[in-house]
Amino acid sequence: MSVQGIIFSNLHDKNIPELTRRRTMASVPYACRYRLIDFTLSNMVNSGITSVSVITHYNYQSLMDHIGAGKDWDLARRSGGIKILPPYMTAFSNNQNALYNSRLEALKSVNYSLSRFTSDYVVLSDCDVICNIDLNDMINDHVKTGADITMAVKRVLLTKESCKRNVVVDSTEDGRITDVNAYPTNVTGYRDINLNILVMNREYLQSVVLDAIAHGYTSFNRDVLSRNASRRNYRIYKYDGYFATISSMEDYYLHSMELLSSQENRDLVFNVKNRPIYTKVRNSAPTKYSASSNVRNSLVADGCVIDGTVENSILFRGVKIGKGTTVKNSILFQDTVTGENVFLNCVVTDKNVVIRDGRILSGHESLPFFIEKGKMI
Amino acid sequence: MYTKKECVAMLLAGGQGSRLYTLTEKTAKPAVPFGAKYRIIDFTLSNCVNSGIDTVGVLTQYQPLVLNEYIGNGQPWDLDRMNGGVMVLPPYQGSKSADWYTGTANAIYQNLNFINRYDPDYVLVLSGDHIYKMDYSAMLDYHKKMNAAATIAVIDVPIEQASRFGIMNTEEDGRIFEFEEKPKEPKSTKASMGIYIFNRKLLADYLIADENDPNSSKDFGKNIIPAMLAAGERMYAYSFSGYWKDVGTIQSLWEAHMDLLGDDPVFNLYDADWKIYSRSSVRPPHHIGSDAKVVNSIVTEGCEVHGIVENSVLFGGVKIARGAYVRNSIIMNDTQIREGATVSYSIVDSDTEIGAGACIGEAKESGKGITLIGSGLKLPHGATIPAGDMVNEQYLADKKIN
Repeated sequence: MSVQGIIFSNLHDKNIPELTRRRTMASVPYACRYRLIDFTLSNMVNSGITSVSVITHYNYQSLMDHIGAGKDWDLARRSGGIKILPPYMTAFSNNQNALYNSRLEALKSVNYSLSRFTSDYVVLSDCDVICNIDLNDMINDHVKTGADITMAVKRVLLTKESCKRNVVVDSTEDGRITDVNAYPTNVTGYRDINLNILVMNREYLQSVVLDAIAHGYTSFNRDVLSRNASRRNYRIYKYDGYFATISSMEDYYLHSMELLSSQENRDLVFNVKNRPIYTKVRNSAPTKYSASSNVRNSLVADGCVIDGTVENSILFRGVKIGKGTTVKNSILFQDTVTGENVFLNCVVTDKNVVIRDGRILSGHESLPFFIEKGKMI
Repeated sequence: MYTKKECVAMLLAGGQGSRLYTLTEKTAKPAVPFGAKYRIIDFTLSNCVNSGIDTVGVLTQYQPLVLNEYIGNGQPWDLDRMNGGVMVLPPYQGSKSADWYTGTANAIYQNLNFINRYDPDYVLVLSGDHIYKMDYSAMLDYHKKMNAAATIAVIDVPIEQASRFGIMNTEEDGRIFEFEEKPKEPKSTKASMGIYIFNRKLLADYLIADENDPNSSKDFGKNIIPAMLAAGERMYAYSFSGYWKDVGTIQSLWEAHMDLLGDDPVFNLYDADWKIYSRSSVRPPHHIGSDAKVVNSIVTEGCEVHGIVENSVLFGGVKIARGAYVRNSIIMNDTQIREGATVSYSIVDSDTEIGAGACIGEAKESGKGITLIGSGLKLPHGATIPAGDMVNEQYLADKKIN
């Protein structure tokens, strides 16, 4: 049984414009040393999927830099391995082949590559999913039930507010999807939400894309799932492990902190036996705590030098915390440097931010103070 | 088809390092873990790469499994090259003879075929036993400038320690006129660092001659260098100043780790211009718990710290439980220190479990020496290990600790 992976690197970029102005959703930094795509890629690699295509849109330079030849995920292969599918624009382009906006359009734009796949099955995944899932189990389920599409779902408690950010899936008792609601407005209670991870038969995927091209379909949820649910065998796969999806800056902050506050969550993501999360190796030195350091409840990557106080915070690689500085409830991206006697609370700094001596900055949990890449304050 | 290389490095990594006791029971000394995420050999390999030397033969003999696996294809050091790169060279069986490496010179002699493939002008001979940062390309420039046949890197040592080293007595311009191995009354303080650059063809001649001498012990320091001096070859001492530490004993290994600590550490791992590369294992970021206290220490990925850690180095995946107290110690990969245990002035090897309330070693000030706990051991609740003891399975059986 051969399986091809397809990763959509851009679909949810609009959700956190602060972080995706200059990068794809896939390359948004997360949890000290990862990029969001690491979770999806690692899930695929840990499930034995060694041929992965990443569909890109714009701003994919940082993604290419991160992935390189794919070595760090063991995807630098002679046969298969990782391929980046850049936006398909022909010369003399007109609005006929403008950039895509949706999942189905993205698939249409890489139809040529899709048509050359020979695997039995295809796993499609978005990049905003933070989880450690055994895709093999899902694929086996897909094969056993003979489904056309199997969709990973998780049962969550929806409120009037939170339902708007999710796709709600209705299914029969035996798991057959009856409806997919992409724009729920007043759905509350325990419902299944779409995790944006799909398993499809390769040939069926190819026919869906050709059909969409022929009919000018644009939405996977509306034009494929909802339209065909009554005729085709679309099924859910219930996942009940840790799952987070990033749909706003607030979400980003919340889920990051959730990982910090709970050993259980960290274990479910990072310490699953035989399923490590891989990322690009940066070769940082270990982190140094000086005699004046005082660190409590924090996640710290390698390469940091800490001379000050850090509480409930997430420090990425190469962060420097000066003497007399206090950092609370904050997320500091790679190579952020704070001077002496700085005070930070609920701050998110992008890469290479410099905060000079004596600065006092504070946001709030509901609105973290964000400092963009390379700024000096 | 091989492309010519100006200089090929030969790294002697076969040493047993018996003074590291259980740390080298199953590993060659160059593969002993160092500095939270490195192994000793990383420093020499990184020096090679940072000096622009991309062809390195690593001569292994004693317990090579871990070292072989660690070096692999050389990718972490950028030494997975189409032409050159890193090559592990174990002793082999030839059609006429088969032999272990009988000495440092013999090891290079047996691999002259490897060196000759790249037709180098120079051969750099190194050992994988030291922690230091050195630009070999500057030494090579010096070698060329002096038009030397051989250049030996030397470091100034205190005169009272000089009798422990091979001492080079030199003219003012650096030319060596005498070499004394561990002299009782040293005439100079220039100690050989065991780093040599030779003109390749000349080295081959001397190695072949030495091989044919049945009385030779096939050693660079004892045979090759004296023979070259006796023949009047142009041999120069290249003075190196900087950090250089042999980590061949438990004491020196511990000291070298402490040299990494402090606001202005004696040995700086954070030098962006001279990165030290290593093979990383895949681990999540480390977590410092709410009740933890970590001061003047180095911590790396995968650690979970809930206790107190002072003046210590924690390797990947180490877990320090609540109420545990670790000071002046080195805790290697995946070791767990349970609730309330105290570890003082100790080196604890990897995959070991120190039971709750156990007491390992004594404060440095007691003067009783460093305690060493071997790898994979399970020390029960409340176990007490006296300061200065070297603990392995036999020790636990003898003392009926289980």
